[in-house]
Amino acid sequence: MFQEFKQDKVGIIPCNGEDLCQGTLTRFACRKVLDSLRPHETVTICLPLFIAGDSGERNFAKTFPTITVDGCTKGCCQVTTEKLSGKPRYAVVISELLKERGMEVPPSKRTLTAKHQAAIDIVAEDIAGKVDAILKKG
Amino acid sequence: MKKKIVVIPCSGIGKAYGEIGRQAVYELIEDLRTGDVATTCLARLMIDDPDAKALIRDNPVITVDGCAKDCARKNVEFTGKKVDGAFRVIEVFKENRDLKPQGILNLGKDGFKLVHILARRLDEEITGLMRKEP
Repeated sequence: MFQEFKQDKVGIIPCNGEDLCQGTLTRFACRKVLDSLRPHETVTICLPLFIAGDSGERNFAKTFPTITVDGCTKGCCQVTTEKLSGKPRYAVVISELLKERGMEVPPSKRTLTAKHQAAIDIVAEDIAGKVDAILKKG
Repeated sequence: MKKKIVVIPCSGIGKAYGEIGRQAVYELIEDLRTGDVATTCLARLMIDDPDAKALIRDNPVITVDGCAKDCARKNVEFTGKKVDGAFRVIEVFKENRDLKPQGILNLGKDGFKLVHILARRLDEEITGLMRKEP
């Protein structure tokens, strides 16, 4: 079902961690890549569809080169994608990325304010750079 | 120890329904049923995280799915747990077609009206479940 996009799209898979502030960041950062930064080069899938969906959905990471985006070091998204779909090209862990950049994790999983936009921007730019790297290498 | 009601939203980010479900769960936990309700990341169930699995094994569970794919319910049931309640955001949306969320994650005024409607329904369901629980 995804074959038509095979050569020019990268799959972005966020963990979406609903019980974690960093999970909220994965959602906002990935949507920024999908909607604004690389709208023509990226597609996404809901991670839980690897269990709830059909074989077409489970083939997502075999069909597209993928980037997993985890909120924390449990790495649920990377582990699950590897186990049920295919090995991602890159695995981003937001808690580690923000630590590297000396940034704090936003305190609320419910809302991200304008103050936290910088964290969203950093994560989104990092993902977009990895999209470019994948498409350049082919 | 007093049981909590575990309410698990789906991870949908393709349409506004997923975010409406998540925000309704946050409203329950932080405003309407503080102390009665817990949640966990759906993805933790997919890696067999022991704490997440124990939470849903030992407590009543309600799932909140954005769409008819029912990812949250199916992932909970995949662990062997039968859910005590299953909601779909799209049903609330169909009953309130005049309310149009602004965006997928930025829901806007109408989107948050849908959040409040769903949160109140979940609140009623939780009241019923807590009456049944010892």
